[in-house]
Amino acid sequence: MIGTSIIISGSAGQGIQTVGYILAKTASKSGYNVFSWQEYESRIRGGSSSYRIRISDYPINAPFIKADILLSLDKKSNEKYLPLLKEDGIILDEHQIGKRIINVPFTGIAQQTFQNKLFANVVAVGALSAVIGIDPDTLNKVISSQFSSKGEEIVSKNIDAAVEGYRSARMSCEGKCSRILPKIEQQYYFISGNEALALGAAAAGCRFMAAYPMTPSTGIITYLSKHKDRLKIFTEQAEDEIAAINMAIGASYAGVRSMTASSGGGFALMVEGISLAGMTETPVVIVLGQRPGPATGLPTRTEQGDLLFAINAGHGEFPKLVFAPSDPKDAFHKIARAFNLADKYQIPAVILTDQHLADSYFTVENFELGNIVNKSYLADPETIENYRRYQLDHTGISPRLYPGQSQHLVCCDSDEHDEYGHITEDLELRKRMVEKRLNKFELLRHEIMLPEEYQISGAEDVFISWGSSKNAVFEAVDKLRKNNAKVGAIHFTELMPLPEYEFLPEINYYTVESNATGQLGKLLRIEYSINVKNHITCYNGLPLDHEYIIERFLHG
Amino acid sequence: MVKLEDYSSNIENQWCPGCSNFGILTAMKHALLAMDKNPEEICLVSGIGQAAKLPHYLKCNLFNGLHGRALPIAVSINIVNPELTTIVVTGDGDCYGEGGNHFLHTIRRNPDITLIVHNNQIYGLTKGQASPTTDLWDKTRLQFKGVELEPLLPLATALLHGCSFIARGYAGDIKHLSELFSEAIRFKGFSYVDVIQPCISYGTHTASWYKERMYKLPDNYDFNNKMEALTKTTEWGEKIPIGILYRNDKQRRLFGDNIKETSFNGKLTELGFPPHKTITEIMEEFR
Repeated sequence: MIGTSIIISGSAGQGIQTVGYILAKTASKSGYNVFSWQEYESRIRGGSSSYRIRISDYPINAPFIKADILLSLDKKSNEKYLPLLKEDGIILDEHQIGKRIINVPFTGIAQQTFQNKLFANVVAVGALSAVIGIDPDTLNKVISSQFSSKGEEIVSKNIDAAVEGYRSARMSCEGKCSRILPKIEQQYYFISGNEALALGAAAAGCRFMAAYPMTPSTGIITYLSKHKDRLKIFTEQAEDEIAAINMAIGASYAGVRSMTASSGGGFALMVEGISLAGMTETPVVIVLGQRPGPATGLPTRTEQGDLLFAINAGHGEFPKLVFAPSDPKDAFHKIARAFNLADKYQIPAVILTDQHLADSYFTVENFELGNIVNKSYLADPETIENYRRYQLDHTGISPRLYPGQSQHLVCCDSDEHDEYGHITEDLELRKRMVEKRLNKFELLRHEIMLPEEYQISGAEDVFISWGSSKNAVFEAVDKLRKNNAKVGAIHFTELMPLPEYEFLPEINYYTVESNATGQLGKLLRIEYSINVKNHITCYNGLPLDHEYIIERFLHG
Repeated sequence: MVKLEDYSSNIENQWCPGCSNFGILTAMKHALLAMDKNPEEICLVSGIGQAAKLPHYLKCNLFNGLHGRALPIAVSINIVNPELTTIVVTGDGDCYGEGGNHFLHTIRRNPDITLIVHNNQIYGLTKGQASPTTDLWDKTRLQFKGVELEPLLPLATALLHGCSFIARGYAGDIKHLSELFSEAIRFKGFSYVDVIQPCISYGTHTASWYKERMYKLPDNYDFNNKMEALTKTTEWGEKIPIGILYRNDKQRRLFGDNIKETSFNGKLTELGFPPHKTITEIMEEFR
């Protein structure tokens, strides 16, 4: 089995993202499972950030702590990340000479060959490819496509820079590293959570997205805007998040599937709009890409601190859907499912992700696009004589038409309203309207998927997790089981409504969450009346990884 | 042909008896009648306040949303279905206070919708607090010693940010107002009518206070002249001009033109679900 983990470090502005993405994409194109994640500071220049890559010939898709190779583009980053290098790990940099150090003068080569030190990062990509033994032709292809929009001259200069780096590293590698990644005839998708969400929305027939830029959710509207002509989606940068959600609701009322996205602070501004969607029974999808709060918190880092906020978002009582996908493939399917369920039940749907899922690149073998089943839930105007937007029946789901579709008038009101959608103070009717809306929630509950059980049989200790931490938690289970621990896991991705599920009294449960207060534990107590006493929590802004989970499980 | 009674809604009206809002409602019906608009071709969008209840009293499609948020709703309705006559009905508190940010940015977008603001210079539904247009030192039920803030100049603000159709009407002059509404609705692009609407319950000015000061812009007034319009949109107090204050018929690009030119013709609602092939092709770029 091949498994290499790499840390690429440097300060903001040095291009570690370019280095990291090119290398990761090259490894992916060489047929490997690649997982990459980033942790960076909220600044445009300076500081110390890292791009981490895990390459293997078996599926992983979860972060690691200790690395085999550390590439540093500056001294400060080398000092910061050196403690994360394994004892027998290799350092690649331009400042030091030593036994386990591959010295390649990135800046020197860039300066000498191209009279431009901006090429130093691409020299470093070439050098790093040599250290891990990657096929240089594949690297050149990735570089070509990465820089193709900038013209042929830039492409060929960048390829030359990578070749120089590769050659220089090969020479200094001698006797120090003998890694090789032979090309495998396998082609995986290499995709981030945000890109998968954008594609999933497009696949579900989303035609309108409005959003206000906020890390880490901006990537979704960026992707859709870039491809809007092909995907036929209207995108608009709203003046604020309040406008964004209202625009999405307006578009949905007018007859198309629509969405918005933000992070905690922007989502907070959208909460009134979520309630509006609940009252007017307008389907809308809202992505909440979580980052550590409160307030501005750590803008570029990750956390699962908004679970209960999302569950409770919106004044008044109304049905809502909350999903938290575990990886890009799941995100792709969950958002498409959310669009269809939101339409069917005429409700707002929240997709909870986090910086870790949004920004990280995962390996996906097959998207199984065929499993997406789109259905229009609009009523047929021809079959209706006396149209009432909020017609009362036993289901609570009224016929939905859009304005201009037919001669029927479509009236929606944020006030309590009658069956026609007109403002009312009839208190008996108010009661029936509340019951109508809440009844949809009970019907929806029957459609919710059960949590995924992993190694549950015979398990004495069971982790309960949700959202983006699935692969880290399952990897922790695998590692612990190898040491004969009777451990299993239950992973939730559909959190509101929660499905019927039986927790067993003889099992010792732990919630594993990227927050400080064990929010899933609180939710389970309310919904299932179980009291989970153990919580493995992580709230330093970094994603959960298996080593951390094992350490906390074994030693508290 | 549409008849006036086709717009009659049988919803109980919640406005105060004698409210000048009734004049605005009548003027709007006449404007729509003059344009022979069927109820199903009209979509009225509103937020919260007494003005925002108007859509319930005129039979048509309606979305009565949240306080201040009518404009973003209307903008996207216009994008999704440009054939609908989309009109926002709002008040000075709703549009200039709670929704001020949307007012500014909707002007910049230039969607093909009409904005009608019932401007009574007071919050009526919450019983008499200052609005963004209440005059300096007017006393209210919350600003007991008088309003200390300079009033907003919404028409001048619109002019400065590129609004191509700016008018002021008076709720008491139904014929003139309905003509302004017709002109505004016919205008291609964002059209804006601020309507002086004396509040008989909480207003700081009586109807006669307005009547003494209002004058119709003369026939020789050049509403295409932006500098002239700047003078007229800032004129308030001793003299209050009504009529079309500014109009620029040189077609500014409409919000949404771009995607229609490059991506698809027709309506977003008619696109249906994308074929799997479209998605598969794009997905291949991730391999």
